[in-house]
Amino acid sequence: MPQFHTLWTHIELRGPDEAGPPLQIGSPGRIGKPFHSQWLGRIGEMQVLPTHLGPTGVASLLCGFIAIEIIGLNMLASVDWNPVRFIRLLPFLSLDPPPAKYGLDPFPPLREGGWWLMAGFFLTAAILLWWVKMYRRARALGMGTHIPWCFASAIWLYLVLGFIRPIAMGSWSEAVPFGVIPHLNWTATFSVRYGNIFYNPFHMLSISFLYGSTMLFAMHAGTILAVTPLGGERETHQITDRGTAAERAALFWRWTMGFNSNYESIHRWLYWFATLVTLTGGIGILATGTLVDNWYLWGVKNGLAPQYRPAPDLPAAPPAKALKTMQDKVLGR
Amino acid sequence: MAMLSFERKYRIAGGTLVGGSLFDFWVGPFYVGFFGVTAAFFALLGTLLIVYGAAIGPTWALFQISIDPPPIANGLAFAPLKHGGLWQIITVCALGAFVSWALRQVEICRKLGMGYHVPVAFSFAILAYASLNVVRPILLGAWGYGFPYGIMSHLDWVSNVGYQHLHFHYNPAHMIAVTCFFTTTFALGLHAGEILAAANPGKGKPVKYDEYESAYFRDTIAYSIGEIGIHRLGYFLALNAGLWSAVCIIISGPFWTQGWPYWWDWYLNLPIWSTGGKI
Repeated sequence: MPQFHTLWTHIELRGPDEAGPPLQIGSPGRIGKPFHSQWLGRIGEMQVLPTHLGPTGVASLLCGFIAIEIIGLNMLASVDWNPVRFIRLLPFLSLDPPPAKYGLDPFPPLREGGWWLMAGFFLTAAILLWWVKMYRRARALGMGTHIPWCFASAIWLYLVLGFIRPIAMGSWSEAVPFGVIPHLNWTATFSVRYGNIFYNPFHMLSISFLYGSTMLFAMHAGTILAVTPLGGERETHQITDRGTAAERAALFWRWTMGFNSNYESIHRWLYWFATLVTLTGGIGILATGTLVDNWYLWGVKNGLAPQYRPAPDLPAAPPAKALKTMQDKVLGR
Repeated sequence: MAMLSFERKYRIAGGTLVGGSLFDFWVGPFYVGFFGVTAAFFALLGTLLIVYGAAIGPTWALFQISIDPPPIANGLAFAPLKHGGLWQIITVCALGAFVSWALRQVEICRKLGMGYHVPVAFSFAILAYASLNVVRPILLGAWGYGFPYGIMSHLDWVSNVGYQHLHFHYNPAHMIAVTCFFTTTFALGLHAGEILAAANPGKGKPVKYDEYESAYFRDTIAYSIGEIGIHRLGYFLALNAGLWSAVCIIISGPFWTQGWPYWWDWYLNLPIWSTGGKI
């Protein structure tokens, strides 16, 4: 009878709560009474809380709350404050950036993108304050600041999409709207508008790192779970004091593909793959429309793609009636 | 040669699935085994056929080389070599090589007394590949529905199949798959950063262990999943990315023939929306 105890925890041991290492003098204390969840304990630790909020954490949560309120209330207003329509259409509702005629005007009318700018401001403030909090906690605990720098790479992509590229293009209208389906529509439209983003080499890199990250996490997590009966999940211990778990994990890959990392260096591979997804992605977005107007034609010019002949029986545009039906469906009209 | 300082005591005989002790040896750092021989055979043959296909094709421009599947009209029949036959043999070689590689990993796991987590994970990737180029073409009735083997040509295929369904982002299984890819990468960045930060705290500071790692995540996001938990989570997320990628393409065509935006009609037409009058 297989037990699968590497996939979930069968016997949960409850010891005294972990309070965390002592805080620096003058730092606000940790808050929240620890509690235990049996379901969380099935896959990870049982204990939830205490946490450390601090001034930046409080400010960040406040800004995030304001941003979500602005977005949510605007969406509710767009369905005439009807709660049933709001729930029904929530995935399709949008808070759009200002139209192109306002350019980079910092104060367009509220109804025409002013709210979008304000929501963007508060969301950005929340994210940047959260970055400061992540950095300060790493420093306070006497650890490296690797996580905040990886986070900074994600913030770079976010800022390119909503701030840096719109400024480079001279209009807030270039930015991404807030909304579930609307941001997917923006993505698809962006690709088509600039001649298919698949021909953008930085998009290629970003996707490769994204798939690579997923593959590497499957390889890494699979390896670690396979050696947990030998204590292999205690990674920092294995880094400073190599045991048989680390030796077998290394030999598994050496024998499989002729090459292996070790318990520390695998995390460098993982770290750079994850970080480079948004780093290269941001470069690709920033170059689109600013340096390159049509990625397919750019690809033809640089030998990536052949010059395709137009399909003989394809109409230049979809028939007007079919287009309208589709738009009505998409917009839920 | 090619042996790590601690490696000799791990190089023991046995644990093979097929072939007994016949191929139970190492070449340099590589373990061979029966499946090492089959993997090498399929990989070499497949690669040579791709090179041959490029040689008889119109271009040596690396990004433009493409080995295309047979035309749709060919159905599920064997095709002439120059018109999709190469693609068919290369597909068989690819699957042969992938499955051999997974079974070779199983043998190595058995030698090292490890769980089978890695080959199980790899089999999800093989499943996604087989879904694209075997299962879906069979369901649709023609090998021509598989994707071509080429750097730009497979991207064109993805683009074209996406637009055949008007807007692939509306495919619910695609939504789940993309979410899993992004979440896996997000969790990966957090996990890798955490281990590096604990092991490299800066000059003169002591290396940190699990007490500090847990405290960092509790301090920032109120919960730390723990050392074993993060690997269970990453494994689950990564495998689901592969699984839902397979699902999202299998259902596109064989089970849903309209544009994906129309699929959401069931949601917009739920009877609950008319509660309390027309909206």
